[in-house]
Amino acid sequence: MDKSTFKTKAGLAQMLKGGVIMDVVTPQQARIAEEAGAVAVMALERVPADIRKHGGVARMSDPEMIQGIIEAVTIPVMAKARIGHFVEAQVLEALGVDYIDESEVLTPADEANHINKHKFNVPFVCGCRNLGEALRRINEGAAMIRTKGEAGTGNVVEAVRHARQLFADIRRLQSMDEDELFVAAKEMQAPYELVKQVAEAGKLPVVNFAAGGVATPADAALMMQLGVDGVFVGSGIFKSGDPARRAKAIVEATTHFNNPKIIAEVSKGLGEAMVGINISDIPEGELLATRGW
Amino acid sequence: MNVGVLALQGAFIEHERILRRLGQQVTQVRLPEHLDTVDRLIIPGGESTTIGKLLVAYKLLEPIRERAQREMPIWGTCAGMILLAKQITEGRPAGQPALALMDIVARRNAFGRQLDSFEADLAVEGVAGEPFRAVFIRAPLIDAAGPTVEPLATLDDGRIVAARQGRLLATAFHPELTDDARLHELFLDL
Repeated sequence: MDKSTFKTKAGLAQMLKGGVIMDVVTPQQARIAEEAGAVAVMALERVPADIRKHGGVARMSDPEMIQGIIEAVTIPVMAKARIGHFVEAQVLEALGVDYIDESEVLTPADEANHINKHKFNVPFVCGCRNLGEALRRINEGAAMIRTKGEAGTGNVVEAVRHARQLFADIRRLQSMDEDELFVAAKEMQAPYELVKQVAEAGKLPVVNFAAGGVATPADAALMMQLGVDGVFVGSGIFKSGDPARRAKAIVEATTHFNNPKIIAEVSKGLGEAMVGINISDIPEGELLATRGW
Repeated sequence: MNVGVLALQGAFIEHERILRRLGQQVTQVRLPEHLDTVDRLIIPGGESTTIGKLLVAYKLLEPIRERAQREMPIWGTCAGMILLAKQITEGRPAGQPALALMDIVARRNAFGRQLDSFEADLAVEGVAGEPFRAVFIRAPLIDAAGPTVEPLATLDDGRIVAARQGRLLATAFHPELTDDARLHELFLDL
């Protein structure tokens, strides 16, 4: 019997596909998310919209609060560690979380290195803006990828930009002669072996979700039609007028992403969506997506 | 033959890929009208709470139960096995919908959390040749099985992880995450 193999780590992400992972800050929110049909919850102290508002250094959440959420639901529980903060990751592993998000939403702890994720038994998900960044994270041991978007904005534009970039990068590799893959690997600062694998398969070797700015059922379906495997919704649910209803609607729109009639039906009368922020109104130093290297 | 794969959530594309390799026609089932066109059905791994809720919301629960009573073969892997089970020992939140077709008692997350997920080589009844490399992810177990249920595979300690009852098949693990198509072949022969 072999425990915590890469196959079991990447395999859990396979089981989350076609689903919605929701940010929750209390056990009660976690139960609302599970009841609405979330495939997993992300336990954190403050949703990204509030992290933006509060400013300061954002860190791993209180273990007691994470434990409370683990006990409240039967679906997988994820939690965030700071980029490069391998001790926060050790703590989360010791708590028994099912997935760690090494996340740009928290303040980075290391401005050069990400966590060596091969050293852990718990699987990791990491953010990316393009294929090179995704492959660097996979090379470090990430078993799942998400496009970064711009968290806490309720504005899907960056999520779209990053997903389109990622898929365009993959298509470009597929059109290349195999002799050209060496330079492609050098240019995107990614390992040649992974570049070759993507060129042959036409997709990432791990599951890829969208994140950062998804606020409506149509946003979720848009990301699915662009080709991602599922969606993370952070502030979009519990910063809206009727979280339970919106959560359920986003779940259903993700399943029926190719069926506009159903998306129309579930989008009716959801109440107020979270207030969005235009990306151009955010000072450059406060952009989260540029964290991570 | 047209094989349906329930495509509400989870690893349905992996089942589809293996079925196509075996030369089968495949339909993704998301609505009752899709179900009408298929001859058999696979319920994939995923989150059983999510799939159960969507089965109810999109009015698939009763039609699938009716088809099963008219002898349509159904195979549930992992979450699919939980949905097939008549009884759940623990871990099902109150009121979670289920197909409740197969005379087994299933236990959700029977091995613990993700850190307890594992791979193991299994001898499976009806699968000839080398042991089957089985991938267990936050997997369930069959705690007890009725008299007409035939256990097909057990772990070293005797706990049941695959079973068959008439034209219903249940596996706690994920054959769709491997390149081994032998369990898909077994299902197509049911």
